[in-house]
Amino acid sequence: MTATGFIPIEDILQKKRRPVHRPPDQAHAHDIREELFELEAKGEIIVHRVPEPYVEVETRFGRKKKIPIEHTWHHKSCGQCGHIPGYTSSIFWLHRQFGLDYTDPIDQTSCTGWNYYASGTSNAVAQMAVMSRNFAAAYEEGYYPLIHCGTSFGHYKEVREQLIHHKDLRDQTRRVLEKLGKPLVIPEEIVHYSEWIHVMRHRIAERQVVDMSHIKACVHPACHYHKIVAEDAIYDKEIYGGQRTATITGLLQALGIEVADYSTWFDCCGFGFRHVLVQRDFTRSFAVMRKIEVMIDEAQPDVTITHDTGCVTTLDKSQFAAKAHERRVGVPVLSDAQIAALAMGAHPFRVVQLHWHSTDWRPLMEKLGIDWEYYWNEFQEDLEAIRRGEALMTWEKADGVAIQPN
Amino acid sequence: MPQQYTFGKATASYPDVPYEEKERLFREVKEDPRYEDFLYGCYECGICVSACPSARFYDYSPRVIAQTMAREDVDRFYEILAEDIWNCAQCFSCVRCPRQNNPGGLVTLIREVAVRNGIQETRDVLQGYTRVIYKVMLKGNQVSPDMLQPDFFPDWGPWVASFRGNMEIWRQAIPVDTLRGVTDAAWRTADNTLRELYTIWFETGNLDIIEEVDEGLYELLLDVMEEELEDWE
Repeated sequence: MTATGFIPIEDILQKKRRPVHRPPDQAHAHDIREELFELEAKGEIIVHRVPEPYVEVETRFGRKKKIPIEHTWHHKSCGQCGHIPGYTSSIFWLHRQFGLDYTDPIDQTSCTGWNYYASGTSNAVAQMAVMSRNFAAAYEEGYYPLIHCGTSFGHYKEVREQLIHHKDLRDQTRRVLEKLGKPLVIPEEIVHYSEWIHVMRHRIAERQVVDMSHIKACVHPACHYHKIVAEDAIYDKEIYGGQRTATITGLLQALGIEVADYSTWFDCCGFGFRHVLVQRDFTRSFAVMRKIEVMIDEAQPDVTITHDTGCVTTLDKSQFAAKAHERRVGVPVLSDAQIAALAMGAHPFRVVQLHWHSTDWRPLMEKLGIDWEYYWNEFQEDLEAIRRGEALMTWEKADGVAIQPN
Repeated sequence: MPQQYTFGKATASYPDVPYEEKERLFREVKEDPRYEDFLYGCYECGICVSACPSARFYDYSPRVIAQTMAREDVDRFYEILAEDIWNCAQCFSCVRCPRQNNPGGLVTLIREVAVRNGIQETRDVLQGYTRVIYKVMLKGNQVSPDMLQPDFFPDWGPWVASFRGNMEIWRQAIPVDTLRGVTDAAWRTADNTLRELYTIWFETGNLDIIEEVDEGLYELLLDVMEEELEDWE
């Protein structure tokens, strides 16, 4: 500084001449686990470690995230289990095909996030206690949580941040858990099933029996997967140049499916939480006008693939009323788990449960060379056997490859 | 005839309240410990609006939410609390904010305050929604197959009616043990797990919140949960 208070111009030029060595791959990326481990060291929480074997993947700002391969506790989704059960059964079927150890608990509640985002009829501590109760149940069972729902995944990550940053809320939550006789457990990583599929995609492709190289798909990345806590989603420089999340697209590319881009990829599906249940004029309009019609106009996809409960429901079910209004619709909607299961030869009805989807999926099956009528008839025989009380639909019947290679 | 609120938005469909009441509600939002995580300032760049689905279809702006809270404009805040918050789709597209604001999160906090205070407009908005609250609080799931009824989903077409005719058998034909045959919940949940959930609702004051939006539902939930917990003890 000079007497006048100004920095001499030469000092500024000198500073500008100095090269800055700051390689982006060596930049520090915030790692929330550091704060978790600090709290654990103080005896405040237990951190549930990701079990081996796991795969490390890159997140948005470069932090490496551990994705467990097995020993997983499946935190199911209300919307998937209630309205799209083939979504859930496809996730389990994939695990079973690879012979991976997992558990499907009944000591699990919903995250209750759908209701919370729809109505606000809860509070911070209740949301934290619901999450922590589920995580404690997984910890006590010795399995690592794998979250099926995109909203649960996003919600839990936001709630985890709030738990870490607000001691009052943490203390209140711990007191509630003490009443239940449970410890306050937070997993080292919060992992979405689509991240598991992402790291398994090459193993899935190795066992692909249905050729999908002539299929074109649009991808809808779920808002609560990649927006709520954006820095924790998986990114890959080889996919969209690292500018969009790599989940779903990585799988589709591995399966040989052409991923077709469209301009409104960032838009939500229109689900709206409250809207989809009681104010669907918004949901229908948005899903059709901002998603399905844009996909058709710009990409002409055979199918839309997404990775969350609400997105599958909204994009699929909204198309019927739009068709009555002569809008441009008719794109079947599946989850990444379902298309992966189909690629590996899962039964379209026993496992993928296509009959729960509204928008016509038959043209897609025909294009894939899957004789859906044959499998439908087989499934009808299953239903008859169940009606007669002769057999249940069990994994014994649903496991294994049903579709022959084409 | 209730006094109508006459400035701000073009049409107001709710009665005005004294300024002091608006201030009290505003303070309640600001005192939430999460508030400071959701609002840092606003460049008025509008990136949140450009990403917002509700802004395309409603008279709604996440930028206005952030601006109103930052400026402490309690009159506009009350408009937001009475009306705007229910337009938000809670997708959190707005968190692209370069200031790391979370307008969707602010909406969540304002909704909580509106619910906790039994604001009439909120009670009206949630009237058709209470069956979901009933389900989530008692069953630990938000939706179930038996909620898929043609009367509630006429716009989903004939599929819903066809589903209703097949629901029982289709649910039997699912290979996942925890789902097979379950129609009144998304999956089979252990009784103890539900009792733990009820304990959470009591201990966190969540059940009292329900009383503010629907007394009848509150009484029903209270009866079932108390009986269940008494048996457990």
